[in-house]
Amino acid sequence: MAVITYREALNQALAEEMERDPDVFLMGEEVGVYNGAYKVSKGLLERFGEMRVVDTPITELGFAGLGVGAAMTGVRPVIEFMTWNFAILAFDQIFNAAAKMRSMSGGQFRVPVTFRGPTGAALQLAAQHSQALESQVAHYPGVKVVVPGTPADAKGLLKAAIRDDDPVAVFEGEMLYNLKGEVPEDDDYVIPLGVADLKREGGDVSIITHGKMIHVALQAAAALEKDGVQADVLDLRSLRPLDTDAILATVAKTNRVVLLEEGWAFGGITATIAAMIQEEAFDHLDAPVLRVTQADVPMPYAKGLERAAKPSAELVVEKVNQVLYR
Amino acid sequence: MADDNRQDSVAAVAEAEDQSPEAARAHDHSEEAEMEAVQPDREAQTEHKPRLSDEERLQRLEPDKLRRMMYDMLLARRFEEKTAEAYALGKIGGFCHLYIGQEAVAVGAIHAQRPDDYVMTAYREHVHALQCGISPGAVMAELYGRADGCSKGKGGSMHMFDVEKNYLGGHGIVGAQIPLALGVAWKIKYRGEDRVIQVYCGEAAVNQGAFHESLNMAALWKVPMILIVENNRFGMGTAWERASSLYDIYQKASAYAMPSTVADGMDVLDMYRVTKEAVERARRGEGPTLIEARTYRFVGHSMSDPVSGVYRTKEDVEKEKGNDPIRIFADLLARQNILSQEELEKMDEEVKRISEEAAEFADKSPEPALDELYTEIYANEDVNGRLYFDGRKR
Repeated sequence: MAVITYREALNQALAEEMERDPDVFLMGEEVGVYNGAYKVSKGLLERFGEMRVVDTPITELGFAGLGVGAAMTGVRPVIEFMTWNFAILAFDQIFNAAAKMRSMSGGQFRVPVTFRGPTGAALQLAAQHSQALESQVAHYPGVKVVVPGTPADAKGLLKAAIRDDDPVAVFEGEMLYNLKGEVPEDDDYVIPLGVADLKREGGDVSIITHGKMIHVALQAAAALEKDGVQADVLDLRSLRPLDTDAILATVAKTNRVVLLEEGWAFGGITATIAAMIQEEAFDHLDAPVLRVTQADVPMPYAKGLERAAKPSAELVVEKVNQVLYR
Repeated sequence: MADDNRQDSVAAVAEAEDQSPEAARAHDHSEEAEMEAVQPDREAQTEHKPRLSDEERLQRLEPDKLRRMMYDMLLARRFEEKTAEAYALGKIGGFCHLYIGQEAVAVGAIHAQRPDDYVMTAYREHVHALQCGISPGAVMAELYGRADGCSKGKGGSMHMFDVEKNYLGGHGIVGAQIPLALGVAWKIKYRGEDRVIQVYCGEAAVNQGAFHESLNMAALWKVPMILIVENNRFGMGTAWERASSLYDIYQKASAYAMPSTVADGMDVLDMYRVTKEAVERARRGEGPTLIEARTYRFVGHSMSDPVSGVYRTKEDVEKEKGNDPIRIFADLLARQNILSQEELEKMDEEVKRISEEAAEFADKSPEPALDELYTEIYANEDVNGRLYFDGRKR
């Protein structure tokens, strides 16, 4: 296995899927000549030409809809949003068109479109550029949502998203693009949707999270280990479908749960999971399910305020200690 | 100098504030007068179009094709009348937008393309669906929310689809179908297919960002899309001149260097002629066209909106009914000995019968089975994990 960056892993996934299927094309702002705002599409224009690597005007609603219409009639567009923050302009096409086309046509259309881009806060990008929106997108039945946190998962999940016959939203991490890791070189390295991954094993408490937050969770787990506490870190990888079996398994094993997500608490995916755990695993719980999320405020710019607003390993450790009654 | 300017502007504000109520009213009044001055005169707007002789209007079309157009418009009219009746009886629920008065637009335009071309529209769509060849029974059953509807009862009045007929819906968010159609046009170009897509929107949709974003990309990439703006002059209850700074919609295309034209939306043959040109241009790879079809709806916006009242008078509507597209076309066909009054009446009996039968078919069609609730949400449910979170038994 080669050690490559998260960015290179995504690039490999795109190149391999475009090679494999002539119906796959990439479209978005700066994906071609500029090689991608985050260089994810580096070299693809040269390799595949301008019909398959398409620079768009700045017109998110328009090209998101283009992707849905093209997918309805047989091709497999990959629509890149420079960040998911900008995709808010395109949510009508994702929520009202992509998510509903199959249902409202009585099953006549497949919509195999992939929407992808970075989610969540980077560093000091302020309120409008620092939002984790995956929970909001996962809210809509009809779309699937994946959130890879490692280079290998980025490759495997993006390939799965492109091959899937439904609209799949891929939430990447802006702070992860430079992250290095081992990635299988196999052209058919596809991670099935809805399969969570236990990133760390421990028997005392379960930290359940996804995306960039797995690194925060692992940091917290390392700190807890020094204190004699062994944590399961479950990486959901996919929010819809959601690997509820894996969630229930870790709950049954540790009986104590801390849920961690990068976005806001209100209506977040952790709220859904907390509800599910109390509905289906109440008897396994030795403590209330606690959550760590972003502070419920628009992201401030100032360094100290931003740090305070973000979920942190310290906050996770604090909540773990609470569920352990320490 | 700068200070002087500031003082001047302060003085101007003071002067304005000093206006007596009478002066203010006078000011309002003059604004009204100005509004009236730019009130568009529809006749004047279309006047630049050449007046065509009967022969020119008929474009050497085969009599059978002309009679078919007549048949399609009549069926559209009678079908919609039957729909209104069924709605009044509570057979049809929800929103329901009728096309009465606008028939020439979809009938003429869709006749100008081939069955392998695509059609997509907004929510005033029953006639577009019929014109693409969906059976009247399947359209009516969809209106009734029944299993034999063209979207299996899951779409309703605003979401009819038929993948076999290349009819792509049926969309309920104003203007949002235009980016979708752009995507279909992009696909046609991507795959090098010899096809086009016609996409319709109402005039009110042209104020949406989706319209402008799509026009730009369509023209930039020269995709085979024909955008037909059905200007029936009211976005629900808002008159077009109260919603746009520019009256002539076709001119908006010039912002995107896109060819555009006005068609008489009350004349099925003008719709046919203008659309045919646009379709041929698109097939030649010369890109999109915007057609502003000037038309009028003889009915309310939806079933809950009376024909006339707050935003237009009974007299307005009666005057426009003098331009009934069916009457205009019937007169032409009679003059040219293509369809006699007697033949027209016979045709009318037939489409009335078909509309009746469609309603009977819909009535007999079963409601969708309740276990259809979770079908056809995803194309691929063969995934690990949970896709539905409501905790219900399935």
